[in-house]
Amino acid sequence: MTPASGSRAAIRDAFSRHPLSWIDTLPWVATVALYFAANDYLPLGTQVMINIIFALALDLALGYGGVATLGHAAFFGIGAYAAGLYATYVTGEPISGLVVAAAAGGIGGLMAGPLILRTRGLTLVMLTLAIATLLHELANTFPSVTGGANGLFGYEIQPLLGRFQFDLAGRTAYWYGAGVMAVIYFLSKALVNSPFGLAVKGIRENPVRMRMLGVPVTRRLVALYAVSGAFAAVAGALSAQVTKLVGLDSLTFTVSGNVLVMLILGGTGSLYGAFLGAFVFVVLSDRAAAFDPFHWLFAIGIVLILAVRYAPQGLVGVVETVAARVRPRRSPS
Amino acid sequence: MNGEWTAVMKLAATTLALLADGIAYSMILFLMSVGLTITLGVMRIANLAHCGFAMIGGYIGMTLVTRAGLGLGPALALAVIATMILGAALERTVYRWVYATGELGQIMMTIGLAFVMVASANLVYGSNMNAVPLPRWLTRDMALGVIQISAYRLFIIAVSTAIAAVLWGILEYTDFGARLRAAVDNPRMARCVGIDVPRVFAVTFAAGCGLAAAAGFLGSQFLPLEPWYALEYLVPVLMVVAVGGLGSLKGSFYAALLLGVIDTFGRYFVPAAGAFVIYLAVLALLLWRPQGVFVRA
Amino acid sequence: MSVPALDVERISKSFGALRVTRSVSLALAPGARHALIGPNGAGKTTLVNLISGLLQPSEGAIRLDGVDVTAMPPERRVGLGLARTFQISSLFPLLSVAENVALALAARFGTDRRFWGSVRARPELVDGAAALLESLGLLALAPRPIADLPYGQRRLVEIALVLALEPKTLLLDEPAAGLASSDRVVLLDLLLRLPPSLTILVIEHDMSLVFRLAARISVLVEGAVLVEGTPAEIRADSRVRDVYLGTRSHA
Repeated sequence: MTPASGSRAAIRDAFSRHPLSWIDTLPWVATVALYFAANDYLPLGTQVMINIIFALALDLALGYGGVATLGHAAFFGIGAYAAGLYATYVTGEPISGLVVAAAAGGIGGLMAGPLILRTRGLTLVMLTLAIATLLHELANTFPSVTGGANGLFGYEIQPLLGRFQFDLAGRTAYWYGAGVMAVIYFLSKALVNSPFGLAVKGIRENPVRMRMLGVPVTRRLVALYAVSGAFAAVAGALSAQVTKLVGLDSLTFTVSGNVLVMLILGGTGSLYGAFLGAFVFVVLSDRAAAFDPFHWLFAIGIVLILAVRYAPQGLVGVVETVAARVRPRRSPS
Repeated sequence: MNGEWTAVMKLAATTLALLADGIAYSMILFLMSVGLTITLGVMRIANLAHCGFAMIGGYIGMTLVTRAGLGLGPALALAVIATMILGAALERTVYRWVYATGELGQIMMTIGLAFVMVASANLVYGSNMNAVPLPRWLTRDMALGVIQISAYRLFIIAVSTAIAAVLWGILEYTDFGARLRAAVDNPRMARCVGIDVPRVFAVTFAAGCGLAAAAGFLGSQFLPLEPWYALEYLVPVLMVVAVGGLGSLKGSFYAALLLGVIDTFGRYFVPAAGAFVIYLAVLALLLWRPQGVFVRA
Repeated sequence: MSVPALDVERISKSFGALRVTRSVSLALAPGARHALIGPNGAGKTTLVNLISGLLQPSEGAIRLDGVDVTAMPPERRVGLGLARTFQISSLFPLLSVAENVALALAARFGTDRRFWGSVRARPELVDGAAALLESLGLLALAPRPIADLPYGQRRLVEIALVLALEPKTLLLDEPAAGLASSDRVVLLDLLLRLPPSLTILVIEHDMSLVFRLAARISVLVEGAVLVEGTPAEIRADSRVRDVYLGTRSHA
């Protein structure tokens, strides 16, 4: 017997959550399917996964925490260089490299966070941009460490788990990426469902009210920013390990801008948007690179403008609208 | 003794020349930023396509000078007017879509618009760098005491300061200015006392585009016109707006001066670090005064 | 009295040359029911902002249970048992009523720091929210997002939110503002049933609510306290009548 809404037993339905549903199987089904269907495009697939992880990290900060940033490339770059340097000077073991990179990203977030998260809006955006650009210039200024304009390369990545060599066709890299993507996704999901996740949503919606509930808002945002930074660093590290190259271009405004566009296009605040946005963006820009990049720019510009009018919640919103029309209407829980 | 004196004179001359360069660059930055700070302050729209209007104004003006043989003045006027019309048209259409969506929607739409502008510029003008050719009387160097400054730089400084003064006059002493300031301070209240806020928005937006167009046209020797212009100078302009404080005319004037001079001196004296200096400065300034350095807290 | 629950000592606040609050003093005993009334623009909300810590005073001191909180940020004052409602409901619009209350509970228990374990699996949050909402008769609203609720219900949810903090001192900033008369009855009933140990300072324009709830009233005019006394004294005071000439409770 279903309890009447308004009874205490039904109270759990009053709490939204990022549910574990059949939708969550889709990325993995797609991953497996594409492995067989698009076997020549495995490196592209790995690129998609790297960007999905990056977009997930940004979604935590921006979509859930409301932290507007145009400098997330800083974390991507920190992770990439950390992994590259780790492989060059310590060991080429890949998984520990990811952990080191995550730690570097997290520490970066813990250091920058208290300074910049006291601010909001345009000031915050400019601060994130300034920091990312500073890191870019720093990397440029110390070529002995970072390889400067040529970048880091030539480091060896050991076989995954001691057994799976990183082959030229990119098979190991593909499954490696899929595994890392799974881990980051489920960690993000747990975070979003946790009390901390609820608090962060509260901060996004009404920071003053959160303060009047006794919550140290800046401290919570710093923690969120550090986690987001760690995950973004993992994306960078993955890229470094899979392509065996780390360049200055991992720290550019373009990288920050691209992931922002990807996430907004896919839809913020749902985690799924990261998957959709990254997939569409990376695949389309790969196809467009074959043609005139300016035509690609034009097309994406038009898409963005129209999306604001017709798909303001991004691709996730479009999917939800279509699904709501197709499914028989259920009463709200 | 004599050698040291000459060295000091040389340093002074270099500093003054750099200062002239820095101030001229600052003035262009100011003209480009003032429209954005007002629209950000009044309409609270994150308009990332703003520099695109500067680019469009520059290109139109350049075409008028090189193809139609117009003089500097008429070309400037027509370029500004054409850009204002374009801005007004876009405001009525696509910008209206994002008044209610919040920052992310605005970022999305205006980045898209900027992309379209970049691609269109490439389509029409190709990817080469272009500039408005200067008439002879502007290419001369003028001697001011010990130093030589190009007439062009002096011209920019003079025109920009004049424009700043006119804007200040409008803002402080006219009815429209008062209504605009009210709309900046408190849009809801402004509506309640009968200020036609949508109309103020429309006029302000068009004016901002016109000012940007002037900046693009006048400053093309400093900031050459090319398709990526629309996004290239977005960051410096946003920095001026952030440091100067949203919605503050005076703030963007002083911030542009400060940042333009810091950037010019920084690039000259520490060439290896290049952009380092300016971003460090912005970081420090914004951490010190998050609501804008020149805004009273 | 013994240590006052809330002691406001000669608090002043100036914005540049504008003196908004002039040497205001208030002392509330534990369990007090104290109302703050005065014409619009008297600085009542400013005073609440000063007490809750969103504004820093230019002069004076504020003490909670004897502890000097004048320099403390709002978060720490809440930790010492202070809570407030806002003149315009301040809630989390996209979250459900239950989630709003659960957030307050999580803040109170310190659970909001926890990264692990879902909210739904925590009975102190889920059942705690249900119990509180039920005691206020709001349980039926639990799954609705705040943005979907009519204004009157939002005001009540905000009361639930602050009660979830189990505060010792409660500041209510015009709780009846914008409410239809039927909602006012519900509100007054709720306020009258609040625990007697809770110290309450309420700002209100609705005189019938004030006279039924408050044991003491302070009248604030142009940032300064004109007079303080029992409801009967205030009613009889001719100065108060002058200030309020023509002013009656909201229709």
